Amino acid sequence: MAQGKYCNREKINTLEQLQSLLSDTNGKQYYKEMEDLDVDTELLANTIQKTLKQKSRIKTWLEICAHCGMCAESCFLYLANDNDPEQVPSYKIQSTLGEIVKKKGQVSTEFLIKCMDTAWSKCTCCNRCGQYCPLGIDMGIMFGYLRGLLFNQGFVPWEMKIGSGMHRIFRAQMDVTTEDWVDTCEWMADEYSEDWPGLEIPVDKENADILYTVNAREPKHYPEDLAEAAILFHIAGENWTVPSEGWEETSLAMFAGDWEACKLQVESVYDAMKRLNPKRMVVTECGHAYRATVIEGPYWAGLKSGQTPIPSFHYVEWVAEALRTGKLKIDPAKKIKEPVTYQDSCNYIRNAGLADCAREIMSYIAEDFREMTPNREHNFCCGGGGGFNGMGRYRKQRNAGLKVKRDQILATGCKLVISPCHNCWDAIRDLEEVYEIGIRWSFLKPLLIDMVIVPDHLKPQDEEDE
Amino acid sequence: MYEFVTGPLAWLSFMIFFIGVIVRIVLYIKGLDWQLDRVAYMEYKSYGFKGAVRSILYWLLPFGTRGWRYYPFFTTIFFVFHISLIATPVFLQAHNILLQERFGFSFITISECTADILTIALLAAAVFLVLRRIALPEVRILTTWYDYLVLAIAAAPFITGYFAAHEIGNYKFWLILHILSGELMLVAIPFTKLSHFALFFMSRAQLGMDYGIKRGGMKSKGMAW
Ligand code: SF4
Ligand code: SF4
Ligand code: SF4
Repeated sequence: MAQGKYCNREKINTLEQLQSLLSDTNGKQYYKEMEDLDVDTELLANTIQKTLKQKSRIKTWLEICAHCGMCAESCFLYLANDNDPEQVPSYKIQSTLGEIVKKKGQVSTEFLIKCMDTAWSKCTCCNRCGQYCPLGIDMGIMFGYLRGLLFNQGFVPWEMKIGSGMHRIFRAQMDVTTEDWVDTCEWMADEYSEDWPGLEIPVDKENADILYTVNAREPKHYPEDLAEAAILFHIAGENWTVPSEGWEETSLAMFAGDWEACKLQVESVYDAMKRLNPKRMVVTECGHAYRATVIEGPYWAGLKSGQTPIPSFHYVEWVAEALRTGKLKIDPAKKIKEPVTYQDSCNYIRNAGLADCAREIMSYIAEDFREMTPNREHNFCCGGGGGFNGMGRYRKQRNAGLKVKRDQILATGCKLVISPCHNCWDAIRDLEEVYEIGIRWSFLKPLLIDMVIVPDHLKPQDEEDE
Repeated sequence: MYEFVTGPLAWLSFMIFFIGVIVRIVLYIKGLDWQLDRVAYMEYKSYGFKGAVRSILYWLLPFGTRGWRYYPFFTTIFFVFHISLIATPVFLQAHNILLQERFGFSFITISECTADILTIALLAAAVFLVLRRIALPEVRILTTWYDYLVLAIAAAPFITGYFAAHEIGNYKFWLILHILSGELMLVAIPFTKLSHFALFFMSRAQLGMDYGIKRGGMKSKGMAW
């Protein structure tokens, strides 16, 4: 069966393979080869047979969909593309997964390329449509499943294949090694210790109250985010630590549909939990990371309880708690005075029920908090979810998808958007770049640091003498 | 002919209907897989139950959910259609007399006039559903001949029943056609999209459990459908 040098069904498990794939700039050759990549119809038929035929809700869903179209306007991509009927969630899934099932896997290369384009550029797995379907049909889940089928066949966007390969090799979405990570922790603690005497980023401390885990982008590109987390834990007096291994929460493998890599990734974090025996885990300000490691992860890892080995919390939960209990106190004079809005991340609001703590935080830090409409569990995807932000092939579609969020933000009249999710943060940054509506965006950490009252004993010595 | 369609054929179609629906439900439940569905159904039964009930009740309530409120016109038609579809045959006097005669029990009944209104409402709703399919691009793209067929199967007992009840044309002819179309619908339920008659509850319950157990139900008041 014809397989390409770059584009094939093989999984990226070695550094060599990864580098070779990376050397194909923008996946030019990769996508060319894809046009000749054979479909392993037997594998496809078997996989469907195994998971679809006897088990799981997907078959029923495909069958009972009433074709009522009530899911149409629930999808931000339908709205962003001027109500293009081809963007109706039900149509998108029926014309891809539905066909594969109907034809029992006997589909062509061309068709699978079309499926790939649909799965990665017409759905961010935000699960909003599932909320509007009277029959409880959730296209987000089905697209996740379709992505898995396509990944197995090698029909996966170049960046996604690289991303999942990174997880396989580095247990991180980027090539951050254990040494890099530990170095960054030390470096950041050093860098900021003058302003924050006693500041530490403890690595591998056992029995801590909090195990803190991050998004690999932080050590790689925004190390100050790590420092900010450390400062806030320091001010709050937390007994915390980071693991030297198993510190990465994100999962490009989940976006890629590479379930095997998903399992490897979350197990590295669960191992850290077992090794260091902390009381609980707190995850940085990232949405999909939380969903991958806390919500879906236990199932990939085969944990029957559906729970992580120790209780796990998103950063907004920790912040809400710290403000509520007074571990962090806000200086009333420094509260955000201008109108400010909040980007509800699908992944920890709709898919994890954390809408309330977000509002609680806003009540402490903002004087003029304005909701987007719709909001909370009914929010729209920022336009960058499900890997959409990171795929060159679908840049145009991604940019079009940002429109709904742009208009939502504009309608609030706010110039500042708080977004405790890396993906949303990126999407909002990009929407400003594309549409120039004059907004700013921020994670919680830098805002909080500017607002909290620092206890005297934590201030640098000379300042106290003043 | 009348004896045959109301006798053995009726028995057969009711049997296929009941057994078929039960089989669909059992298969659905057997098809649940905590790891494939990624929901720990058995671990948090009470959260799952709460989520399921919530998910079903809100969606059974006209305008109970955002989805329903978003499309007020369609929702009205939808509920008129479904309420008439179920209420008319179950509470019709003629049907209940038959029930009483054969099985010695009956439900409360509605007046013939109410039955007429419901029937006409249902047929009008069906026409709107067809027009909607043709008129709206987002529904047209989803629509296949199968959707019309299913709708026709559901509407046929009402058209024929109406003709029979009002003795428009040949009473015997419409009556037999009415019975046949009713039996066709019963038989079609387990085998076609009409299975959503039962599977609506299963699928809704499942998504409800999903939200109740995994996607936030344990950390919030529950999904705001
Ligand atoms: S999951 Fe989200 S992006 Fe995907 S089809 Fe549904 S609403 Fe659209
Ligand atoms: S709302 Fe549900 S039943 Fe209606 S078309 Fe969409 S997926 Fe199908
Ligand atoms: S990027 Fe943000 S808004 Fe978009 S799907 Fe992910 S969490 Fe939702």
